Amino acid sequence: MSGAGPALEIVEPGLLALVEDLGRPGLGALGVGRSGAADEDSFRLANRLVANAERAAAIEFVLGGLAVRFRRTATVALTGATADVRAGDRAAAFNAPFAVRAGELLRVGRPASGLRSYLAVRGGLGVAPVLGSRSWDSLARIGPPPLRSGDLLPLAGDDDGEPSVDVAPVPPRGGPATLRVLPGPRADRFTPWALETLFGTAYEVTADSDRVGLRLAGAPLRTRDGGQLPPEGMVTGALQVPPNGRPVLFLADHPVTGGYPVIGVVASADLSRAAQLRPGDTVRFRRTSPAAAGAPPPGPVAAGSAARSRRPPRG
Amino acid sequence: MRTSELHVLPCGDHAILVELDDLEDVLALNAALRDHEPPGLVDVVPAAETLLITFDPGVTSARRLTDDLARLPGERPATDEPPLVEIPARYDGPDVDAVADAAGLSAAEVVRRHAGGTYTVAFTGFAPGFAYLTGLDPRLVLPRRETPRTRVPAGSVAIADRYTGVYPRSGPGGWHLLGHTDAVLWDLDRTPPAALLPGTRVRFTEAPA
Repeated sequence: MSGAGPALEIVEPGLLALVEDLGRPGLGALGVGRSGAADEDSFRLANRLVANAERAAAIEFVLGGLAVRFRRTATVALTGATADVRAGDRAAAFNAPFAVRAGELLRVGRPASGLRSYLAVRGGLGVAPVLGSRSWDSLARIGPPPLRSGDLLPLAGDDDGEPSVDVAPVPPRGGPATLRVLPGPRADRFTPWALETLFGTAYEVTADSDRVGLRLAGAPLRTRDGGQLPPEGMVTGALQVPPNGRPVLFLADHPVTGGYPVIGVVASADLSRAAQLRPGDTVRFRRTSPAAAGAPPPGPVAAGSAARSRRPPRG
Repeated sequence: MRTSELHVLPCGDHAILVELDDLEDVLALNAALRDHEPPGLVDVVPAAETLLITFDPGVTSARRLTDDLARLPGERPATDEPPLVEIPARYDGPDVDAVADAAGLSAAEVVRRHAGGTYTVAFTGFAPGFAYLTGLDPRLVLPRRETPRTRVPAGSVAIADRYTGVYPRSGPGGWHLLGHTDAVLWDLDRTPPAALLPGTRVRFTEAPA
């Protein structure tokens, strides 16, 4: 599938169309985060439907509106936020592989709910990897830049076997959502009622949300001690609470370190749902048990260390 | 590791946050993990007083990883001298006089104290390759600027709080700018792309203007 020139031409990227794969894990000590597909479940499904290798690069796009001209006949699959699809003059569907012929335009409409859709092409996108990944990291600004009209994309030859799935049953994407949360690592920095507030009230996804995180409006969560820490490593799914008390749910492009306390972390299995919430969607959080998710027992392994408050400045 | 000082906090279902007493312990555990990587380890993020360890829940668990940490060898070999990077700097930054005023020192004394230090990369963050260097002269410890600049040029040598650092790329920033360097500290075509890794020692050498 690779070679012989580009296979795809971006005609319209819509609001935002990015090349993403499974990201670049393992570079945290360099200040480089994992990045990668925000809704990993939908991303993996798209690759599976066209029998690509798991980490083949695909297009992640926001709120539909993508139009791609195929220069060669290709097998493709769309997943994630579901919208109308046309391949040339034929209707096609999400969550099932289909063929687009050479010269045809693939056009995706607007999803009624959900935020991010994925287009996988059999063979995977062959743009140049950066630090081992074909993912655009919007915070670090590394990787293949956001797609623009006229961009030409080659294939990578990352297919693996023959497509064998006709259609995948997938629950609808989008809000409202209830996400499971494991308290910690810094829940003890908050007032006793902060966790009750987090688990007892609804939050709304605000318009300044992006791949870095969902910025949430709702009842503020207050710390007991001013809420600053020496910077510490952050994970995807962390609910970090800045001094204004409004939690930020970190997504794929979150900062590697942060200086505000994390009250809890969304269960990995719920992160793909979080990545499909759009501004205005309601989100609730439900406490889940560390034991069920395989997390360590709270408290010290041996002797504890004293709480500290100093925090280095941002750059 | 001295397990008596290990304090492990839960951090979701695929990470643990290890609290340590100081930067030396953070860097020691970071180095021990590099030399004896436990199964299922995905990434390690050293920070000022913590080490975040993410893992593959399909391979290991928080419990097993915590046990692995407790079994890591305690002492680092004496031959393991951290690398020293010398950064030639011109002390022509726009904030030298303001820092001198705030610190009650002459501009020349600010430069002398900054250039006279030997620093250690504590951790990175804020941007790829942005290293927080500890070892700043206590007289130069100042809070960030009240109003951050919208654009700080790449290579700016800056201080804030108890840290000094070099902006690897241009961008917004709120540190006090003492000077600049032409040294390339972040280069995607280099392996690793960051010149300053946690534990690296750094000296600034005053380049002629």
